[in-house]
Amino acid sequence: MRIFVCIKQVPDTETRIKLSSDSQKIETGGVKWIISPYDEFAIEEAIRFKESHGDAQVTAVTLGPKARVNNALLTAMAMGADDSILIDSEQDLDALTTAKALAAAIKAEGDFSLVFSGKEAIDDSVSAVGQMVAQILEIPHASVVSKATYEEGKVTAEREVEGGTKEMTKLTMPALIAANKGLNKPRFASLPGIMKAKKKPIKNVTLDDLGVSAGQSKVKFTNFALPAEKPPCKMIEGDPQAQVSELIRLLQEEAKVL
Amino acid sequence: MKKILVLVESKNGKLKKSSQEVLSVALNSNYETYTCAAGEGSGGLGTELGVWGVQKHYYCTDTSVAQYNPESYQQFFAQIFETLKPDVVLGTSNMLARDVMPRLAAQFDCAYMSDITELSIGDDIICKRPMYAGKCMAQVSFTDESSKILLVRANQIPVVDASKAESTEAVAVTLNGTAGKTELVSIEKGESEKLDLTEADVIVSGGRGMKDADQFKLLYDLAEPLHATVGASRAVVDLGWVPHSLQVGQTGKTVTPTLYIAVGISGAIQHLAGMSGSKFIVAINKDEKAPIFQKASYGLVGDLFEILPVLAEKVKALKA
Repeated sequence: MRIFVCIKQVPDTETRIKLSSDSQKIETGGVKWIISPYDEFAIEEAIRFKESHGDAQVTAVTLGPKARVNNALLTAMAMGADDSILIDSEQDLDALTTAKALAAAIKAEGDFSLVFSGKEAIDDSVSAVGQMVAQILEIPHASVVSKATYEEGKVTAEREVEGGTKEMTKLTMPALIAANKGLNKPRFASLPGIMKAKKKPIKNVTLDDLGVSAGQSKVKFTNFALPAEKPPCKMIEGDPQAQVSELIRLLQEEAKVL
Repeated sequence: MKKILVLVESKNGKLKKSSQEVLSVALNSNYETYTCAAGEGSGGLGTELGVWGVQKHYYCTDTSVAQYNPESYQQFFAQIFETLKPDVVLGTSNMLARDVMPRLAAQFDCAYMSDITELSIGDDIICKRPMYAGKCMAQVSFTDESSKILLVRANQIPVVDASKAESTEAVAVTLNGTAGKTELVSIEKGESEKLDLTEADVIVSGGRGMKDADQFKLLYDLAEPLHATVGASRAVVDLGWVPHSLQVGQTGKTVTPTLYIAVGISGAIQHLAGMSGSKFIVAINKDEKAPIFQKASYGLVGDLFEILPVLAEKVKALKA
């Protein structure tokens, strides 16, 4: 049984974002790259599925500049993925073109049972690639999944929607699950795991191999800008009665929100 | 003339404010406007849409769309898309649209973008959104003439006065079959009376400073007269005081209310990432060095257990 996990490498949460001199992109020198946190839930879920169902092969798939994203695949394999596919692309692609490439890479491997992804990557948070991959592969999906159970040919996924409402959907496999926080607790890569990962195979493919080109991207991010500086915080002094009265006055008269 | 299809939603038979925001973008454009909605009562919206200059309102009340199911909803939107061939599809960047619209974009090879905070549609489309959890903004540029599916965050676009006198034609859509690979098993209702955090105009949020789960009652006492939705920091979700659905921040929800009141929240970077797009931020914290004050518009240093009841009382008197 083949299982695929789509992952993306993103700048660490703590990264201070600096813009390039022409403001057309962010400065990536000095950025610490990590696997997007939601993708870690996806990797963990795939490994747990394998651990409880035996005969599965877990393949991590990513897209990005080879020299950089190789590390993300090594981490996934150190956690427990069996092998990887690296789609080399120096250029940024939009969500749909990325999905086309990922889906083509998965399709080329033959039959599969499950595809996992994170519910979104924390860099642009477009939150679309998983659903698009599912559409292209013509399989059902559930996004923002915080609990999943597996039985013969079916996945039951719990997703949290508006206002804390929970929806349970049952999908016929093959299916795609886009992971939310709560799905599981991702393990850390162990030292033996890291050693083993170095020997696990990474298949390198190009966009050309997959019949996709960067020029197909319909959307580009341009003209980056840092947010406008907020005026400094107005500290409201006094006892609680005085503080609250002044706050209400400011909310009414200055902010005009009450 | 180019066409916009707006996905509209209603609550208690009225257009949601978030839908009015999206309709405002359409009204200000030089495109023809069409709308669509699925589910019980979706046809009744027709009468309200004339003032927005809506030509036709497509709706569906089939049992298969009575509850959200990505397959039947995609089928609904796809049938309208094929009939209308819209240049732009607009919707609110909420759970439903973010779940199904990417599939529609892949199905019809459209440009797709979520979480838009600035949008104007004319000869050119000007579109902006936050990136890297709000650490910077970017312009969204389109490289070809494909149809575009654009989802707009709630509370970002001002609602305009709609006073067109169009008579909107309501068109019932009957769904063709779907693959039937997605079955809704059950729905467990949360606090459905309140607006979701992502759409709320006012949020009262609590952190570790609340001391324990029971004290969240104080936040609900303030939220009530403010018609606010209650949120929480990651710390208190991890402590199990409140469910994850309340979490604001990096691994929770990104919120953009007009007013965000942070109570007993120190302001970890992951939390700030999820709420710094709020228009006005009030911070109540005992530690004057808490990072939340860097982002706040108004800061109150003090004991929240003394401040909160007074604030709730005064707001209640004001709203009475």
